[in-house]
Amino acid sequence: MNTAPVVPAVTTSPSASFLLWLLLLVPLLGGIAVAFLRDAKTAKLAALGIALLEFVLVIPTWIAYDPAGSRIQLSSSMDWIPNFGVHLALGVDGISLVMIALIGLLMPIVIGSSWADKLPEGRSVGGFYALLLVMQAGMIGVFAATDVFLFYVFFEAVLVPMYFLIGRFGGPRRQYAAVKFFLYSLLGGLIMLGSVIGLYVVSGDKLGSGTLDWATLTTVISQESQATQTWLFLGFFVAFAIKAPLVPLHTWLPDAAAEAPVGVGVLLVGILDKIGTYGFLRYCLPMFPAASKDLAPLVLVLGVAGLLYGALLATGQNDMKRFVAYTSIAHFGFIAVGIFAFSSQSVSGAVLYMFNHGLSTGMLFLVVGMVIARGGSTLISDYGGMAKLTPLLGGLFLVAGLAGLSLPGTNSFVSEFLVLIGAYPSRPVFAILATIGMILAALYVLWAYQRIMHGPVRGDALLGALKGPGAVAAPETATRQGIKDLDAREIAVLTPLVVLIIVLGFYPAPILDVIGPSVEATLHSVIPLGGN
Amino acid sequence: MAGAAWLVVAFPLLGALILLVGGKRTNAWGHLLGCATIAASFVYGLILFFSTTGQEEAARTSEVSLFSWIPVDQLQVDFGLRIDPLSITFLLLITGVGFLIHVYSIGYMAHEPGENDRRRFFGYFNLFVAAMLILVLGNGFVTLYLGWEGVGLASYLLIGWYTDRPSAATAAKKAFLMNRVGDVGLAIAIFIMFKVVGSTQYTAVFDGVANGAFSSGELVALTLLLLLGACGKSGQFPLQAWLPDAMEGPTPVSALIHAATMVTAGVYLIARSNPIYTASPDGRLVVVIIGAVTLVIGCVIGCAYDDIKKVLAYSTVSQIGYMILAVGLGPFGYALGIMHLLTHGFFKAGLFLGAGSVMHAMNDEVDMRKYGGLARIMPVTFVTFGLGYLALIGVPPFSGFFSKDAIIEAALGQDETWRAWVFGGAALLGAALTAFYMTRLVLMTFFGEKRWKDIKSSDGREFHPHESPSVMTIPMIVLAVGSVGAGAFFAIGDTFTEWLAPTVGVLEESHHHVIPHAVVPWLTVGLSLLGVLLAWLFVGRKRVPLSKPEPVPFPVRAARADLYGNHFNELLIARPGTWLTRALVYIDNKWVDGLVNGTAALLGGSSGRLRRAQTGFVRSYALSMLGGSILLIAALLAVRFA
Amino acid sequence: MTPTYYLLLSALLFSIGAVGVLVRRNAIVVFMCIELMLNAVNLTLVTFSRINGKLDGQVMAFFVMVVAAAEVVVGLAIIMSIFRTRRSASVDDSNLLKY
Repeated sequence: MNTAPVVPAVTTSPSASFLLWLLLLVPLLGGIAVAFLRDAKTAKLAALGIALLEFVLVIPTWIAYDPAGSRIQLSSSMDWIPNFGVHLALGVDGISLVMIALIGLLMPIVIGSSWADKLPEGRSVGGFYALLLVMQAGMIGVFAATDVFLFYVFFEAVLVPMYFLIGRFGGPRRQYAAVKFFLYSLLGGLIMLGSVIGLYVVSGDKLGSGTLDWATLTTVISQESQATQTWLFLGFFVAFAIKAPLVPLHTWLPDAAAEAPVGVGVLLVGILDKIGTYGFLRYCLPMFPAASKDLAPLVLVLGVAGLLYGALLATGQNDMKRFVAYTSIAHFGFIAVGIFAFSSQSVSGAVLYMFNHGLSTGMLFLVVGMVIARGGSTLISDYGGMAKLTPLLGGLFLVAGLAGLSLPGTNSFVSEFLVLIGAYPSRPVFAILATIGMILAALYVLWAYQRIMHGPVRGDALLGALKGPGAVAAPETATRQGIKDLDAREIAVLTPLVVLIIVLGFYPAPILDVIGPSVEATLHSVIPLGGN
Repeated sequence: MAGAAWLVVAFPLLGALILLVGGKRTNAWGHLLGCATIAASFVYGLILFFSTTGQEEAARTSEVSLFSWIPVDQLQVDFGLRIDPLSITFLLLITGVGFLIHVYSIGYMAHEPGENDRRRFFGYFNLFVAAMLILVLGNGFVTLYLGWEGVGLASYLLIGWYTDRPSAATAAKKAFLMNRVGDVGLAIAIFIMFKVVGSTQYTAVFDGVANGAFSSGELVALTLLLLLGACGKSGQFPLQAWLPDAMEGPTPVSALIHAATMVTAGVYLIARSNPIYTASPDGRLVVVIIGAVTLVIGCVIGCAYDDIKKVLAYSTVSQIGYMILAVGLGPFGYALGIMHLLTHGFFKAGLFLGAGSVMHAMNDEVDMRKYGGLARIMPVTFVTFGLGYLALIGVPPFSGFFSKDAIIEAALGQDETWRAWVFGGAALLGAALTAFYMTRLVLMTFFGEKRWKDIKSSDGREFHPHESPSVMTIPMIVLAVGSVGAGAFFAIGDTFTEWLAPTVGVLEESHHHVIPHAVVPWLTVGLSLLGVLLAWLFVGRKRVPLSKPEPVPFPVRAARADLYGNHFNELLIARPGTWLTRALVYIDNKWVDGLVNGTAALLGGSSGRLRRAQTGFVRSYALSMLGGSILLIAALLAVRFA
Repeated sequence: MTPTYYLLLSALLFSIGAVGVLVRRNAIVVFMCIELMLNAVNLTLVTFSRINGKLDGQVMAFFVMVVAAAEVVVGLAIIMSIFRTRRSASVDDSNLLKY
């Protein structure tokens, strides 16, 4: 790895760079347009159409990206605030490309899953889908920005649609959750802004005129003194640790996830949180290699603590959505361990984990939403024996759960295995502690599954659905009302996820190939310092 | 031939896929498809067997790489199959016994309450066979791990088959969790292999062992971690508690998964990793200790239960203890362990199917105290069960005699005298106890008075025992034939050990005997007969009471309570875990989140106080402006002149 | 004649104005005191302009005068409308904008 090929950090390839602008503008403009649609049905169809178009646009982007090519591809740049060296600059590497693909993939699924949601009184359907699309644009901007200031702008901008999505369309405590989410993230963002300004100042000292171009900064800042790096690193790190979230900065996530509508929750845990871990990879490691290396033990402690803590708390939850949120916190612990173990296996595993987690936890969240839609309660204690009433839903719940506990044959296994096997050679203690998290993962998934799906039928809603003599004793043959198994729309929403979960469990190579060179390049900045 | 070996896995996998995805459409013919896929795999297995068996030793091993599974930098996990005598042996056992049990299940599962249930059952069953085949055929430790957890999943699904019973759901979860504990050991072992040799494929790892790439400490760690994995999967001490609970599943599941195949995966793991174990005598000693402890524990608990399936389950625990003991002897025992595994596969599967047949006749009642005198009513079941019984307690010339006796001899033949006495003694004690509890089981079930005449089963029906349909009895007959003949077939002339030699090495014979070689078989058989006699004295000649006798002396109480294994788990892990979880939930809500909300409250409160300064009097604002300006100017001047 | 006296005078005028703003309640008087302060500043500006021999200070003074004129227009109008609604020109009476 010490002989990574020296390639120019950025090459401009104007031929395909318009794709990124399209990816950014289509949902942004589409969302604005959808906001003006009065008719609910039209708004939904339009939003779905835009999301599908976006997904179609991802395909040529994926093809245009050459894994063997330069570090940042499809890049383009134009002046924005010349006085401060700020550019509107977009470009992708393998890591951000994978995340953009995940966004493109999840968005139609989220829209499809929200199709039948009952919005709170007096809320416009068009507004909901418009916010979803605007948020999609913001998230794509976060992953595609190659100017630190532009990244910061998108980083903060996604808060706005999310705030409204939770605060206007969420559950009973939505106001509290939305404000908490917003303030928490904003706090992190502001600390990061301090570091962004710091970057400008430091690069100004070094180069004569300050810049916020990512590629330039990675070469300049990584040569700075340990102290400078550490302070700037901390500013970014806190923002990303809140976003990811790492324990103990995690408490906004369970509230936000519990109050958010299901589709929004999928985006929240599936993509929005990945901005944090993505930030570690894209900003902390290459720009502050010395500080990253120096503080890696701290992050590893946070990661391992988080994955054990999140798992234990997930076991103790009675609210299904909070349960999913805590499982995510545990998974983010794994991702953090993978990134800061600094080996090509562990970092590749962490990136793959980011993608896989979007699929598996996204699916778990969707399935939980479907359970809630049937039983009318978010509390696990209000359910029991549901698998007898809705066997297909039960089966798919189990598939999502098994992906969550990283059963071999599902996609998460590959990523978790890579993280652990990559972390073991240099950090055996952390790897072994993290491996214990696997037992806890099995515990929380199966315990929740057992309480919801197994045992005798329980809960008012479920019992109320059973009619006829002996119905409770033999629910599978009883006449039923109200509680139906999955309908065609729900099956259509879940099928792509199930297929991907299993296919990527056996054949992750397409994604590993794309992220591999970018991971190597990222590590290349840390490893010469003896990071491994 | 080996090139297309992936078909062996593909058949049952395809079957599972069709049955689970196809839904109701496949109800009518699902069970037939389920059997057909296994039959196809078995036939292909036979073809593989005959195509390799005639070849030279070196040519009996071949590897087929299918595709690159996890390629990242140096880590290149290959998805491939390894065809060698060991894997072919398992392939034939799994598909052969698996096919018979599939056929049996057609009859056994015919009366399931749900319309889709039998089809789904066969789907899970096929999934299990596919995963088990990946486990034994894989060419690396990660492929093995895939199968390892795959069979765990199938086992979870099938133990929890009667999901509306909370006990079944709990047992399924418990099985998965305890297996996961073992899996962690296996996983960490894989990490160590990667760290040292940079690969997880069998050939690379074993070459590394041969080249001395591993330090002795790493070797011991590997043996112990792999043993932990084996203990989890095979229900060995201290992870044995899940296996008896797993009997909540339908009986064919107990026969196939929890007797004949999956639970023996631990033995397979150790035999497969034989270069590692051969290189680490210290690690092997631990294996032998675990095996000996487990075999005694299993026997002791088996004596105390009245639940026919649980007795058989503990019998399985103890028989696998024998196998682990055998493979722990290293080059003296790998082949013997596998041989016992095979004969056990036959007779224990047969015994479980027999027990299933009895339960089928007795309204799914499992309490042996409600049985009695069934020999005349169920002649086929009685005869096949009886043959399995004789094989298990090791009566010559039935199969168990050959395989178990060989293990006892090997245990007694260890170089260090204390080891020979301790472990050989445990094995001999186990033989006597096995004879005792199995005789007790047979006497209570098939002989004596018909205690079921005047009582009703727990679901309120009367008992009308009857012989099972031929779709169930024929597999039992075939397995009984295997129970009778397999041992002699394998053992006489050392056919089997020579066949396995390319994989596990040539079986070594000890020349150190604490008990003369010729006496051992007599001693074993004598002890077994003593066990039979004792059982007759305690059970056979007396009337069996319908309820458990109370009070009983401490050893019996302890045995009835699984020697307090579950209490121990509960006290040491489950309860502290629950407390820890509750405490953490509390801490997270009150303290961690409290800190966040507290900060918000602090800010809100202090700004509430600060706003009092806004009096609304313009003149006070003006004054503060003036004061501010003066301060500012003073500060500027101070800086200027300082 | 040194320019210092001008500066002292303007400081004196400014202080009188500032004290007036702080101690008087009548809005009109407060207003006039503000004018006094502005003019004190004007005087300072012109003085410094003279000292430095540049015209910047005088330009600034004109600027202040224009602003003061505009301020008088708006300020007096506000005071008049407050007086009409409240029948009082005391600045302490209009204290609704608090907390």
